Amino acid sequence: MTAGCGAPDQDQDVAVGSKETVIEGKVLSGGEPVSSAYVRLLDASGEFTAEVPTGGSGNFRFFAAPGAWTVRALSSAGTGEKKLTASAGRNDVTLELV
Amino acid sequence: MSRSDVLVSADWAEQNLNTPGVVFVEVDEDVSAYDKGHIAGAVRVDWKADLQDGTRRDFVNKERFEKLLSAKGISSDDTVVLYGGNNNWFAAYAYWYFKVYGHGDVKLLDGGRKKWELESRDLTEEATSRPATQYKAKEQDTAIRAFRDEVVEAINTQNLVDVRSPDEFSGKLLAPAHLPQEQSQVAGHIPGAINVPWSQAANEDGTFKSDEELAKLYGAAGLDDGKDTIAYCRIGERSSHTWFALRELLGKKNVKNYDGSWTEYGSLVGVPVQKDV
Repeated sequence: MTAGCGAPDQDQDVAVGSKETVIEGKVLSGGEPVSSAYVRLLDASGEFTAEVPTGGSGNFRFFAAPGAWTVRALSSAGTGEKKLTASAGRNDVTLELV
Repeated sequence: MSRSDVLVSADWAEQNLNTPGVVFVEVDEDVSAYDKGHIAGAVRVDWKADLQDGTRRDFVNKERFEKLLSAKGISSDDTVVLYGGNNNWFAAYAYWYFKVYGHGDVKLLDGGRKKWELESRDLTEEATSRPATQYKAKEQDTAIRAFRDEVVEAINTQNLVDVRSPDEFSGKLLAPAHLPQEQSQVAGHIPGAINVPWSQAANEDGTFKSDEELAKLYGAAGLDDGKDTIAYCRIGERSSHTWFALRELLGKKNVKNYDGSWTEYGSLVGVPVQKDV
C-alpha cells in the first residue's frame, strides 16, 4: 500500500536529506501560532502545488524543489502570503495573517 | 443529473443535519481530523482502513463494503452526504467509490471541511451512534473505473487527463509537495495526456468552480467531447475530484477514474512514459 495524499503531522520535525528542499515555517496572528490554517504552495507560475492545514503549533512543511515559490495562508483569522526562492535544505518562512 | 443533485451547500447541510434519511459521512486520510471536531451527527469512514483491502491493492470486496456501511448505520436508500479535508479529495474518492458499488443517492458537501471551518461553522467532538442496518451493495460498476490495460490502450485514442500538479506531470516531482519525495517508480506522465491540475476545478475555499468555468477549463485544455475519458493522478483521489467535475457536474459521458494512477502506471515495465525535464 502506498502512502496517501494526506499530510503527515505538521508539528513533527523531520530529518532533511542533502538532496531535499524543504519549505517550512509557522502561521501567526498577532504573534500567536494559528492552528488549522490552510497553507498552500504555489509554483513560479502561480499554479497550486500543495496544501496542508497547520498543526497545533501553527507549523507547516512542504517537500519542494529549488526555485521560486509562493506560500499562501488562509484561515478564518485572515490571510498571509510570501514569495521565496528555495534552495536545497531547509527554507524557513513565517506568515503573519492580516 | 444537475449540480444540485450531486453537490450541496454548507447552508443546506446545516438545515438538514437532523433530516431523516440523510447521513453525513466524513472521509479523511488523517483520521484524527474527525476526533478534533466533525459535523454533528456525521459518521467517519477511514479512506485506508475501511476502504482498502489491506492485503491486495484494491477496494474492499462487496461483502466487506456491506458490512462497513451496515455498521455505520447507512441504508441503501439513504442520501449520503460526503465531506472531508484536503479540498474534498478523499470525499470525492468516496463518492466515486460509493457509485462503483451502486449507492443511489450520494452528494458532496461543496468546499468540504475547509469551507466549513473558514466560515467558523459548528463542529463537535461528540461521538455519533446510529443503529446498524442491513446494507446491500451492487456489483462493481466498471463503467466508471479504469484498469491499467485499458489505460495503455487508451493512449492516442481517448482523452487522458492527468490532474497532478505541473511539476509532477513534467517529472520534476514524484509526489505532491507536502509529502516526502521517496518513491521509487519513474517520473513523468502517460504520452498524450493533457495536464489539467485538479486545483483548477476548485476555488480557493475548496468549492467547485461554476459549470461555465469548468466547461471552459477542459475545453481550452483540449478535452475532446467525441472521445471517452480517463482521469488519473498519483493514487486516485485527486482524479476522483476531476472525475466528479467531468461526469457529475458537466455530465460528460464515459468518464472513468483510474485509481491505479501514477503509482501503478509509473511502475509498469515496458509502457511508454513521457518526461519533460
